[in-house]
Amino acid sequence: MPTTLENWNPGKAENRHPEMTYEEKEKLFLEVKEDPRYEDFLYGCYECGICVSSCPSARFYDYSPRVIAQAMAREDVERIYDIISEDIWNCAQCFSCVRCPRGNNPGGLVTLLREVAVRNGLQETRDVLQGYSRVIYKVMLKGNQVSPDMLQPDFFPDWGPWVAQFSANMPVWRKAIPVDTLRGVTDAAWRTERKTLLELYTIWFETGNMDIIKEIDEGLYDLLAEVMQEELEDQ
Amino acid sequence: MTTTVEEILERKSHAVIRDPEVAPIVDLREELFELEARGEVIVQRVPENHVEVTTKFGRKKKIPIDHTWHHKSCGQCGHIPGYTSSIFWLHRQFDLDYLDPKDQTSCTGWNYYASGASNATAQAAVMSRNFAAAYETGYFPMIHCGTSYGHYKEVREQLIHHKGLRDEVRRVLDKMGKPLVIPEELVHYSEWIHVMRKRIAEKQTVDMSAITATVHPACHYYKIVVEDAIYDPEIYGGQRMATVTATLQALGMNVADYSTWYDCCGFGFRHILVQRDFTRSFANLRKIEVMKNEVNPDVTVTHDTGCVTTLDKSQFAAKAHDRKVGIPVLSDAQVSALAMGAHPFRVVQMHWHSTDWRPFMDKLGVDWQKYWDEFQGDLELIRSGQKAGITWEDADKPVVNVA
Repeated sequence: MPTTLENWNPGKAENRHPEMTYEEKEKLFLEVKEDPRYEDFLYGCYECGICVSSCPSARFYDYSPRVIAQAMAREDVERIYDIISEDIWNCAQCFSCVRCPRGNNPGGLVTLLREVAVRNGLQETRDVLQGYSRVIYKVMLKGNQVSPDMLQPDFFPDWGPWVAQFSANMPVWRKAIPVDTLRGVTDAAWRTERKTLLELYTIWFETGNMDIIKEIDEGLYDLLAEVMQEELEDQ
Repeated sequence: MTTTVEEILERKSHAVIRDPEVAPIVDLREELFELEARGEVIVQRVPENHVEVTTKFGRKKKIPIDHTWHHKSCGQCGHIPGYTSSIFWLHRQFDLDYLDPKDQTSCTGWNYYASGASNATAQAAVMSRNFAAAYETGYFPMIHCGTSYGHYKEVREQLIHHKGLRDEVRRVLDKMGKPLVIPEELVHYSEWIHVMRKRIAEKQTVDMSAITATVHPACHYYKIVVEDAIYDPEIYGGQRMATVTATLQALGMNVADYSTWYDCCGFGFRHILVQRDFTRSFANLRKIEVMKNEVNPDVTVTHDTGCVTTLDKSQFAAKAHDRKVGIPVLSDAQVSALAMGAHPFRVVQMHWHSTDWRPFMDKLGVDWQKYWDEFQGDLELIRSGQKAGITWEDADKPVVNVA
């Protein structure tokens, strides 16, 4: 039966988060919808399930890129709040879901939803990203984010006894790399000029990125802002 | 205000027109050159010395051979340094001009995909700052990382299609006195290896014909902005990307197929650092064990930092649970360097890998113990202060010859 105005039944989700008003939830959805990328990422949903069949997270979690595309297409504000407060953090951002024959990009929608969740400092988001602040700290202060000194047995015990080897031999092994920008560097992935870092700090402040960090972790913001401001003032 | 039901129904009713005779050919360069003609951006051209390859829908993509600015990778340089040193070593063997810049930051894409703690303008400004830095040197950017490559393709599309974003990025770049530069092509280093594969095979000193390999294609190479990836009718009938597979075949390996080739490695951006139960399960159950059960390869080869890390490091915990694992994981750059006789430790830096690579080296006929002992000698000199470190002078010469 073709969908008409009369039989349209989008199956709106129930209010599972009464602690937040409908208006607040709608405001979050509208922030996503107003993003210029939104129109590029959502064209409707056939409900064919191709995105789900190729999604790693759908195999592991109670997670579905199809539900995200459907909820967004139906503008189901309650369901979208369910998604924004939890589901989005299960996505692996592999973009296997862009196999969608309709041209949807559920992974892209998740990116927008995450950005809005972070910008609004949702409590669930703060909780999820708590363990990730070390990486945010690294990328913002060092210009790259996976430094060799992260390889410590305490952080990666499940990576086997080699992590202890990497860690113990780090200073000398890093000197035994012929690449000029890597040789001897242990606290960053590669050696970056100070001027380059200052330009990166300028980007963080000018684009409002620092305000975003403030929303999710004020302590981290204070730490980063102090170091960056000092460096920029010394320039 | 939310959309009305009428508007939603109208959107759902749009037909998708499919014509098998007309492939969805997208060439963003046309729009890019139009923007340049209007004075909105500078387009950095691919250097003269380049090779043209065919992309998914038939577009010709230019891959530069030399005069390249190496956009490094957080994970390669931080956790798998042999990946980066192998790429540079290959360039040096062919005496090709390249630049290893310090004026480069991470693309910050990993963090963004993981945490969302950034925004579109910041992401585009970081990309544009890096590309402006490359443009200032005159060298053409070559991207080492699958994440950076996919992320930049995504951002390039956004920059081309959204004037507001361009204007905002230009405002930020003005603060640094930098122009808004977008390269004519975004090139991944594995595409360079792809076009160099026959020249690599000509200099091969290690026979690889006894090796069976599997390929894990990196998601961000061919899933985001799909039209930029290299395809070849000779490789899987043109139904899958040709990069990596064609290289391994050129080196004489038997490349074996397996049923979960399309699956992600399980990296998950934030998962690999803070939620590794997801990463491990996916890497082992959907990738490594499937390869092992179906074709039992000697090695699996990929072309992205995150994939090498995920597939390599995840196997230790699985072994403890008696899962059927134990496949060494290398990048195509490392395999190519090994094929051309690179020192397994000074250049390929095998000692940073976790899954046992020794059986693979034994099967190649490489006396890895001899080179390990030699490397221990280097380390002793460094420890005692007699040597500051390994340099290209120590590492340039091919040393392995078992062809």
